[in-house]
Amino acid sequence: MLWGAGRDHAVGNEAKEPAVKKFINDPADVVAEALAGLAAAHPELRVDVTERYVARASAPRPGKVALVSGGGSGHEPLHGGFVGPGMLDAACPGEVFTSPVPDQILAATKAVDGGAGVVHIVKNYTGDVMNFQLAAELAADEGITVETVLVDDDVAVENSTWTAGRRGTGATLLVEKIAGALAEEGAKLGEVAAVGREVNAASASFAYALTACTTPAAGRPGFDLPDDEIEVGVGIHGEPGRRREKLRPARELVRSAVDALLDAKPLNPGDRTLVLVNGLGATPLLEQYLVFGEVATVLAERGLEISRRLVGNYVTSLDMAGLSITVARLTDEMIRLWDAPVRTPGLRWGV
Amino acid sequence: MDTTHLDVALAVAWLRAAAASVTAETDQLTRLDAAIGDGDHGVNLARGFTAVAATLDGGGFTAVGDVFVRAGATLIAKVGGASGPLYGTAFRAVGKALPPGAASADLADLATALHAGLDAVRKLGGAEPGDKTIVDAFRPALDAFEEAVAGGAALPEAAASAARAAGEGARATAPLTARKGRASYLGERSAGHQDPGATSTWLIFQALADVTAP
Repeated sequence: MLWGAGRDHAVGNEAKEPAVKKFINDPADVVAEALAGLAAAHPELRVDVTERYVARASAPRPGKVALVSGGGSGHEPLHGGFVGPGMLDAACPGEVFTSPVPDQILAATKAVDGGAGVVHIVKNYTGDVMNFQLAAELAADEGITVETVLVDDDVAVENSTWTAGRRGTGATLLVEKIAGALAEEGAKLGEVAAVGREVNAASASFAYALTACTTPAAGRPGFDLPDDEIEVGVGIHGEPGRRREKLRPARELVRSAVDALLDAKPLNPGDRTLVLVNGLGATPLLEQYLVFGEVATVLAERGLEISRRLVGNYVTSLDMAGLSITVARLTDEMIRLWDAPVRTPGLRWGV
Repeated sequence: MDTTHLDVALAVAWLRAAAASVTAETDQLTRLDAAIGDGDHGVNLARGFTAVAATLDGGGFTAVGDVFVRAGATLIAKVGGASGPLYGTAFRAVGKALPPGAASADLADLATALHAGLDAVRKLGGAEPGDKTIVDAFRPALDAFEEAVAGGAALPEAAASAARAAGEGARATAPLTARKGRASYLGERSAGHQDPGATSTWLIFQALADVTAP
């Protein structure tokens, strides 16, 4: 009586699915223990396990605009794996799929503020937006100027009037890389934030899931999916997508995804693009490259040039099998900043 | 027990009862959230309210409003997600709207403070009634509380009335399509599932009814 509809039936899954095996100790300790491991693996980073942030060991750099991002854990290498020269100054990992808390974001912001202001890169999820907003207010109280860049590239969310709005997904990496490169050159706060917003506006992403993912706390998949069905338009938190469809050949799925991307953010023949094919955690690179090839074919048909490309697991959803496709329209300046040196655990070139 | 006032001891007892209830119902909240969100509402709220109970153990409160301000700050610091800021801001607003420094609040003060709490949630989250959120349990609970107080009810009766209304409001979220928060990405697929946030709001009002029950 106390519990209404929804208790016993769900898109989700009850105890019938077998438990998923994981390399963990106590589920409650996963984030802290992973941070300790990150610290051991990357002495060039300063990992504060108590305050829960990852910063460059050399931070703060006086006069440099600092970039801070963060979000739930489970998306690795995002965000902690993108801390380093040419990209973020600090990242705040929350609990698995749960945004960080304001105190944590404030601690990271103070740790890397070099006096030139701090850019918060925030994926558009209700919790992330609220916690970063509270943190920015606390930072302002301490005399730190914060500009927020909201990332909302996921075009699977069509109706932003009756939802929390488009989600931040694959384009987060692009924003962090390109804005990070500009900050490294000594640009001012407003300029760094502006290029971040420009990259977000120029980017569109769409994702498919073949399986649910399993959080360490739950131990079982978040939803169950028949053998011949896929979730279409998923985010990166193991939530179900907009709809289910029958599994189709990759070339058809890619064509549908590219249609959705170009419907939402039209491109013109001759436009130069960056294409990111991003694995969600459990999809082999073999399949990711196959999909990249299909994307290249479809974009070539439309007269679009792929100027920069990236394939791999960058913005993940634990052990979800699936992938996202991001297409961004590039300017000369974005290409220059994309090519600039970067040295982080998750992204590294030119150094 | 004084049934016309909420004092420091009763406020602490309420929040401890809420912590016990949220902890006991963690799996159910998680199950509701797994259906239309990401399945962590129970775990996150239990972590937050356990921290609230621990910070209240330190005691030393002389003003009833301070109990709620401390609880709210703790929830903001410990929960994360959307529910941390929303519940945290609500409790802080309740505490700040109670008469400053007063050791206890009468029922009119409490109704005003709960109103401030609801306003804070709506301002931060932007939710309207019917969006399938905390507001869908909080608003009917407040309406019922105010109506009971206006009719001359004492605290136990007003709290029981509020808890009943919150429960009904939570159950009534089941057929709704979510328009805020993570469940909104599901569109019409969110219908048919009771909202976890509205459900935890009901647990919190039920905790007040339980600790004031004669």
